[in-house]
Amino acid sequence: MTGATELGTGLGPALGTDLGVWIAIAAMAAVTYAMRAGGFWIMGRVPLTAPVQRMLAALPGSIVAATVLPLMVNGGAVVALAVGAGVAVMLTARNDFLAVAAGMAVAAIARAAGLG
Amino acid sequence: MTEHPSSPEHHHQRPGRAPPLVTGAGFLRGARLALPVMPGMMAIALATGASAARVGLSFGENLVMCATMFASASQLVVFELWPDRFTPDAVLGLALIALTVNARMLLITASLRPWMGGLPAWIYPLLHLTSDPSWIVSMRYRNEGGTDAGVFFGASVLLASFWLCFTQLGFVLGALVSEPRRWGFDLIMPVFFAAMLVPLWRGRRNAVPWVVAGAVALAVERLVGGWYFIVAGAIAGAVTGGFVDDRRD
Repeated sequence: MTGATELGTGLGPALGTDLGVWIAIAAMAAVTYAMRAGGFWIMGRVPLTAPVQRMLAALPGSIVAATVLPLMVNGGAVVALAVGAGVAVMLTARNDFLAVAAGMAVAAIARAAGLG
Repeated sequence: MTEHPSSPEHHHQRPGRAPPLVTGAGFLRGARLALPVMPGMMAIALATGASAARVGLSFGENLVMCATMFASASQLVVFELWPDRFTPDAVLGLALIALTVNARMLLITASLRPWMGGLPAWIYPLLHLTSDPSWIVSMRYRNEGGTDAGVFFGASVLLASFWLCFTQLGFVLGALVSEPRRWGFDLIMPVFFAAMLVPLWRGRRNAVPWVVAGAVALAVERLVGGWYFIVAGAIAGAVTGGFVDDRRD
């Protein structure tokens, strides 16, 4: 009863590294699956009224914008150029492969040239 | 390339009561739609496996972690903070990181509900294979008027199995594969993601939520930090979308 700081963490020091790794993996896997199944499950319990449908319809573009914009701002010129090239090729050629290839090529060239 | 936008009644108001079509042809089509991101998926998978080896996971631990989590972004983040001692606090901390980095999946699978709500419970195990690219190619297909849910499963199964194989290769090769930057592999996912905005485009009015989402995400990322910005921005965009009505602009 001396280690007062370890009270409340019952398993604390006794948790072997191997066992601890497995417990951590199980916990992370459980919460990750809960996210994947949870969104679908919750929306099965929410009436899909017109505003809710519009919210769900706005999600794909919103998730893309919320993911990519901070990445572009933080990634500097190379990321902005690569993403810009991909979108420009998509707009003109409407081809996913060409868009990805253009983005990669621009990134590789810009980095070889010493940018970012 | 020659696909036309669907008629207006196609992509709004379709409550998912009747089960959607699920066909083998759709499955193959989904797999084909996912092909452009395979190099990006490979690069991320190699990096994930190599990081697992670097922090000292065993082959079996890495295999089980990859198979049960299937979430590169969160796995790479937890490896940066991998503890030496697995106290309950440390385990809780790792689980919280996995939760916040993967919280976007909540929104991603929520958006599948109107399309796939009519499917029986076997969809639940398959939702485990959801990935950002398999979802975005499916939403693009849906937005163009497609209804076959097999597309989502085809893209998801292909990318998940491909990713799992390359995480194991990355674990074995370790440091040999730690330089994906030189050829731009690290940017395939963001480039592909952003390029998908083009087929999702439905006029300026429907893009207002995207602008709100991007602005809020940027602000949260700057002011709060951490990994909340994706979810915060996406929710702000969705709420905006709920208020923007369907009139043409």
